[in-house]
Amino acid sequence: MPPIPALDLRALRKTYPNGVEALKGIDLRVEAGDLFALLGPNGAGKSTLIGILASLVNSTGGEARVFDVSVQHDRSRAMALLGVVPQEINLNQFERPFDICVNEAGFYGIPRQIARGRAEKYLTELRLWDKAFGPARNLSGGMKRRLMIARAMMNEPRVLILDEPTAGVDIEIRRAMWQFVQAINRGGVTVILTTHYLEEAENLCRNVAIIDHGRIIEHTSVRALLAKLDVETFVLDLAPPHAPPVLPHVEGMQLRRVDDDTLEVELPKGRDLNALFAALSAAGILVRSMRTKANRLEELFLRLTGSGAEVAA
Amino acid sequence: MTVREQWVAFLTLIRREMIRILRIWGQTLMPPAITMTLYFLIFGTLIGSRIGTIHGFTYMQYITPGLVMMSVIVNSYGNVTSSFFGAKFGRYVEEMLVSPMPPRVILAGYVGGAMLRGLMVGVIVLAISLFFTSLHVVSAWVTISSVVLTTAIFSLAGFINAMFARKFDDIALVPTFVLTPLTYLGGVFYSIDQLPEPWRAISHANPILYMVSAFRDGMLGIGDIALGPAYGVMVVLLIALGITAERLLHYGRGLRS
Repeated sequence: MPPIPALDLRALRKTYPNGVEALKGIDLRVEAGDLFALLGPNGAGKSTLIGILASLVNSTGGEARVFDVSVQHDRSRAMALLGVVPQEINLNQFERPFDICVNEAGFYGIPRQIARGRAEKYLTELRLWDKAFGPARNLSGGMKRRLMIARAMMNEPRVLILDEPTAGVDIEIRRAMWQFVQAINRGGVTVILTTHYLEEAENLCRNVAIIDHGRIIEHTSVRALLAKLDVETFVLDLAPPHAPPVLPHVEGMQLRRVDDDTLEVELPKGRDLNALFAALSAAGILVRSMRTKANRLEELFLRLTGSGAEVAA
Repeated sequence: MTVREQWVAFLTLIRREMIRILRIWGQTLMPPAITMTLYFLIFGTLIGSRIGTIHGFTYMQYITPGLVMMSVIVNSYGNVTSSFFGAKFGRYVEEMLVSPMPPRVILAGYVGGAMLRGLMVGVIVLAISLFFTSLHVVSAWVTISSVVLTTAIFSLAGFINAMFARKFDDIALVPTFVLTPLTYLGGVFYSIDQLPEPWRAISHANPILYMVSAFRDGMLGIGDIALGPAYGVMVVLLIALGITAERLLHYGRGLRS
């Protein structure tokens, strides 16, 4: 008998009353214990999908199951298995972080004595214990995001869903949050995250699904996805004089002019750059420095979604 | 959720509401105390002394139950509208919506919190009245049951208002244009026996009249409406509003898309 998946979406659909078809029959399976990334451009349907899982959005077709419990037909049991960290700050700003966490546990029926212990544990792990008894409104944006993670952990969920958890968070805090997420994943919690930073998915996640226009267009491991990337793009910063209006042709490469002082070149992976530099030198173009254009997953993402749309959750 | 877990969730909501009421006591408990003191001073002492008696009671004694009920109604309603709409506006209502709590527990928690504020304000106003008149309680059962039913009814009504509200104006409209006129015309300051027809007959369409009358009956032993019809109206309203609020929350009116 195959293991029960943490998340099993079958032909999941959502059409809003205004006729917008946000999800067009999503099938997706996330295995228990996975650290899974859900990527897609703005308006792809990610937030709708997470809204359905959190029971904040009613699906118009199909089914979502969390550890074989239907979100649509057994909402209460399904919600007890989930922890949700939304994209927007949704804290009661007048409450204290400690009370926010203890109350959240209370909503799951967890006795106060246990809730107090968990609040201390998760606020400490997320480096918020020294702020636990002041008003939540005094916290910085990054602290509020960490508080929402602590709050989502209060019922010790089997599946934690993070919708852009590190948006607008500085790199140090972001890395601390990654460590926390990896630690709870090692502890057996299945983690599903959407992220603005594809670097985050590349470094953190084992498997990934890409959603675009309400459909899953790719569902594989991050490693397998990266293996599909067969081209690289480099940015060339030029030294004076400016790049000529007509660029030299180099066999097997695509050279583009970005501005007077910058060129981009796209070439097959593993191809040497000697022919490029020879052609540039012959055309009197001097290269001052060179860098890769984007991280690898981002490049692949843009190819798969077929647009230059902003990559966001 | 087990019954025990639902009980924990309910107590959590009640506790949160109580902390909120006490934290902002200057907005929740103090204003009715000041307003009602002025009512007692102006209507009871200054004007009331010239009015004479109604059904054998001084005007001050007569309006005391009405003023208590007026405070209870306004504060029960206002508590749940501001608290639940605040949760909607600040989006932290999602804390509850993504939890396993059934809609009836969320409803019970908010209504329970609003009832507590209504009853606290009622006790405060009653205590203030002791500075101006003596306390009469003919039937403690009628007095307590009628005030509890009234707080529950207006807490539910406020909850429904908050469910439909999309902006702060929407929670101010009903109290200003519906609740206040109905309260003032609900026999708080006069007996409907004093009204000419057709106003006397029209007054029977005002549900607040039944509540004020039952409460006054409990305290003074006199009322415009017999206790049977008064309780009948209150129970029907309670059931109708309770079912409506629970269904609205179940379907996520204004909360789930």
